[in-house]
Amino acid sequence: MKPTEIIAKLPYSHPFLFVDSIDTVNDEGLVGRYTFRTDEYFYKGHFKDHPVTPGVILTECMAQLGLVCFGIYLLSESSGEDLQLALSSTEIDFLKPVYPGDTVIVISEKIYFRFNKLKCKVKMTNADDEILCTGIISGMLIPKRS
Amino acid sequence: MTSEEIYTKLQPIIAAYLPEDVSAENIKKDADLTQELNINSAHLVDVVLDVEDAFDIELSNNDLESLRTVNDAIAIIANKVEN
Repeated sequence: MKPTEIIAKLPYSHPFLFVDSIDTVNDEGLVGRYTFRTDEYFYKGHFKDHPVTPGVILTECMAQLGLVCFGIYLLSESSGEDLQLALSSTEIDFLKPVYPGDTVIVISEKIYFRFNKLKCKVKMTNADDEILCTGIISGMLIPKRS
Repeated sequence: MTSEEIYTKLQPIIAAYLPEDVSAENIKKDADLTQELNINSAHLVDVVLDVEDAFDIELSNNDLESLRTVNDAIAIIANKVEN
């Protein structure tokens, strides 16, 4: 499955889509990126007069790329159906702040994908290869049967 | 391996994934893992992976689909350990 086909299958839209492109994807992992727009809705309140990307949004970005895009790819060979998604756990360390306009690169590596549960080691870096956050994310990806 | 031995070995594996408000005493043989013990589907997979390691067996998707209660788990394990 091609990166553009994976992105087309994502069940998110503005203002909650945090995926721009996928650089590489194979059975072991995925690398993708997103540029935070300067006018994202949450910058108005996080923080007052000092916009910084919230940790929950960084986690969401890593989950959308590292778990959902990757999961769509992993399941594309076995089924063409839509997916039922549920995030089941996250453990993330946040190392550096992400500001409006920053481009982030998400690198996801499969720990296991069994019984519809995908568990991945994820890392977010900037264009200078500095690690912004890192951790473990897992979720359930269940093909919807019609 | 008797079903009692399997049950004894299985209890701490399940207990590790119980939510805070469910006590290990609730791991009765007829207890439903998701409905009564409140183990979510992701943790049910963790239970299965830990069972595979502890008993040195491999479970299939069909095994997972037939897994509802502690008794189901004991039966699946007993069947695999024997073979």
